[in-house]
Amino acid sequence: MTDSIIVDGLSKRFKNLEAVRDVSFSVKEGEVFGFLGPNGAGKTTTINVLCTLLKPSGGSAQVAGFDVVRQQTQVRRSIGLVFQDTTLDEYLTAEQNLRFHAYAYGVSRKLTNYRIEELLKLLELWDRRKQSIREYSGGMKRRLELARGLLHHPRVLFLDEPSLGLDPQARHKIWEYVLDLHRNDDTTIFMTTHYMDEAEHCDRIAVIDNGGIIALGTPEELKRKVGGDVITLKSNDKESIQKELREKYSIESELKDDAITFTVSEGDKFLPEFVRASTQPMQSISIRRPTLDDVFLKLTGHAIRDEAADAQVNLRGGKWGSRRR
Amino acid sequence: MGVAAAMNDFVRGVWVVAYREFLRLLRDRARFVSAFAMPLLFLVIFGAGFNRSVGPLSEDVDYIKFVYPGLIAQTVFMVSMFAGLSVVWDREFGFLRELLIAPISRSSIVFGKILGAAGIAVFQGLLMLVLAPVVGVPLSVLTVLKLAVLLIVLSVSLSSIGMALASRLRTQQGFQIFIQIFMFPAVFISGVLFPVNDVPRWLEVVSKVNPLTYGVDAVRQVFLTSQTVTVASGEPPILGIVFFSHTTTVFIDIAVLGLFGAAMFFIALWMFNRQA
Repeated sequence: MTDSIIVDGLSKRFKNLEAVRDVSFSVKEGEVFGFLGPNGAGKTTTINVLCTLLKPSGGSAQVAGFDVVRQQTQVRRSIGLVFQDTTLDEYLTAEQNLRFHAYAYGVSRKLTNYRIEELLKLLELWDRRKQSIREYSGGMKRRLELARGLLHHPRVLFLDEPSLGLDPQARHKIWEYVLDLHRNDDTTIFMTTHYMDEAEHCDRIAVIDNGGIIALGTPEELKRKVGGDVITLKSNDKESIQKELREKYSIESELKDDAITFTVSEGDKFLPEFVRASTQPMQSISIRRPTLDDVFLKLTGHAIRDEAADAQVNLRGGKWGSRRR
Repeated sequence: MGVAAAMNDFVRGVWVVAYREFLRLLRDRARFVSAFAMPLLFLVIFGAGFNRSVGPLSEDVDYIKFVYPGLIAQTVFMVSMFAGLSVVWDREFGFLRELLIAPISRSSIVFGKILGAAGIAVFQGLLMLVLAPVVGVPLSVLTVLKLAVLLIVLSVSLSSIGMALASRLRTQQGFQIFIQIFMFPAVFISGVLFPVNDVPRWLEVVSKVNPLTYGVDAVRQVFLTSQTVTVASGEPPILGIVFFSHTTTVFIDIAVLGLFGAAMFFIALWMFNRQA
C-alpha cells in the first residue's frame, strides 16, 4: 500500500507563534487518520498547510503524491474538505451549492447529476435540495458540506472538527455517514478532533499538543500506554487500601474525588483476586477500559476536556456575535 | 500541465465565479430593485427640485436631461463596488475558502468577481435607459451600443478598485466605511449633479482630479449627442472636462478612466495573489 499523505519535518511559524513544529507522519491509502488535541494545538494549521491554504515555513508535505507547495492545483484536485465552520453560500440552494462545486472542480455534467442524487439521498437531504441554505439546521449544513467535499471523488478527504458545534444526535449521525462513505469508496480520511470518543473511530491517531506530535498509534496501542484498565474504588479506609495496593501489588494509586483510582493491566482478572485477598471493607468498585482521555492526561499531564468545552463556548459566542443582521 | 489545460482551468474558474454572482443576484431581488430605485429617486427628487430653479443649461438640455446620464454612471459605480463587497462577504461567511481550495487560480477568482460585478453593473446601467423617453432623449441603436461599451470600461475600473480594497479588508463594516468616506464623496464630486466646469475653483480642482468625473462626462457626452449643447460664448461648456483650456472628448475621457481602471485591475490582481 502506498501513502496518501507524507509529512516530513513540517513546521509553520506565524509572526510570534510557532503553530506547528517539526511534525512528521504518514497516512496510508484508505486509512482513517485522526489528529487529536486541544484547541490551538496546531491541528487546523496542519490541515491548512496540507490543503494548500498556507505555505509551510519548513519541511515538506505530499498529498496524494503531489507536493503541497509546488503542485498546488493537483493537490487541490485530489482533496475534499469539510471545514470547522460552514463555507456554504447561504444565498443559494443546497443543489446550487453542489453544482457550483462540481463546476469548479470540472466534474462532467452527467457525473454531477449522478453524484448529487447519490450523495444527497445517502445523507438524507434529497428532499430538501431545492431549499435555501438559510433554512438549513447546523447538522444539515454539515451533512451538505460532507456531500460537497465528496462530490468530485477526492482521494483524500479532510475533516476539520467535523462534529464541532453539533448536538450529540447530529454528531452521531455525521459519524455514521462518514464511516459508511468510507466503507464504500475507500477514500483516505484525515480528520482532526478534540473529542476523545470520535478519535476512537480512527484506524490510527496522532496526539498533538503545542504544535508537536506526542504519540502516534492505533487507539488500542495508545490506550495500552495508559497501563491497562482504570479501577475506581470507594472505601471508608482509603489509607489502608492504598497501602495494601502498594505493598502487595506495588501499584501506586491516586486519591481523586473521594475515591481511589489506579490502573492495572488485565483488570478483570486482577479485581476478583484483589477483593478476595483484601481484608478492608469496600463500598463500591468500578472498572472501565481506558479512554483516549486517559491517554491524553497521561501523555500531557493535563486533561483535554475542559479546554475543549471552553473553547467551544467561546466559538459559539463569537459566531452568534458576528452573524449578519 | 499543458498550456491548453491551464487555459481551460482559468476560463472555467472565471466563469464559475462570475456565474455565482449572477445567480446570487437572481436570488436577491432586493439588491436588484434598490440598484434601480436609488437613481430613480435621485432623478425624481433632484429633477423636480432643481429643474425650474436651475433653468436650462443649453437650448435643449434642461437639468433633468443633464442629471440623468450622470445617474446612469452613478448606478454603474455603485453596483460595481459590489465586486469587492462580495469578496469581503465571502471571506466573512467562509465561502472564500471553498473558492481558495478549488482547483482554480487566484487570478481567475479576481477576473471572475470583476466580470460578475461588471456584468451586473452594465445590466443595471442599461436598465436605466427605460427612463430615456420620460426624460425626453431619443435613443438610437448606435447610442445604446456605445453606451454599453462605455459602461463596461466604467464598471471594470470601479470593480477593480473594490477588489484591490477587498484583499486588505476583513469585514463588511470596514468596506462600508470605505464606501461612505471615499466612494460617496467621490461620486458626489464627479459631476453627476452639477457641471464641473462651472463651480468654485476648489471644487473644480478636486472634481477634475477625480477619475470618476471622466466616466460621468463620457456617459453624458455619448448620451446627449442628439441634443444641442452649445452654450453662449465665454460660458463654460456643459460637456467635456476643461483641463488647462483643453476640452476632453469621449475618447480622452475613456482613456483617463481606462488607464486608472487598468492600474487598479493590476493592483487588485497582484494584491489578491499575494494575500489570499
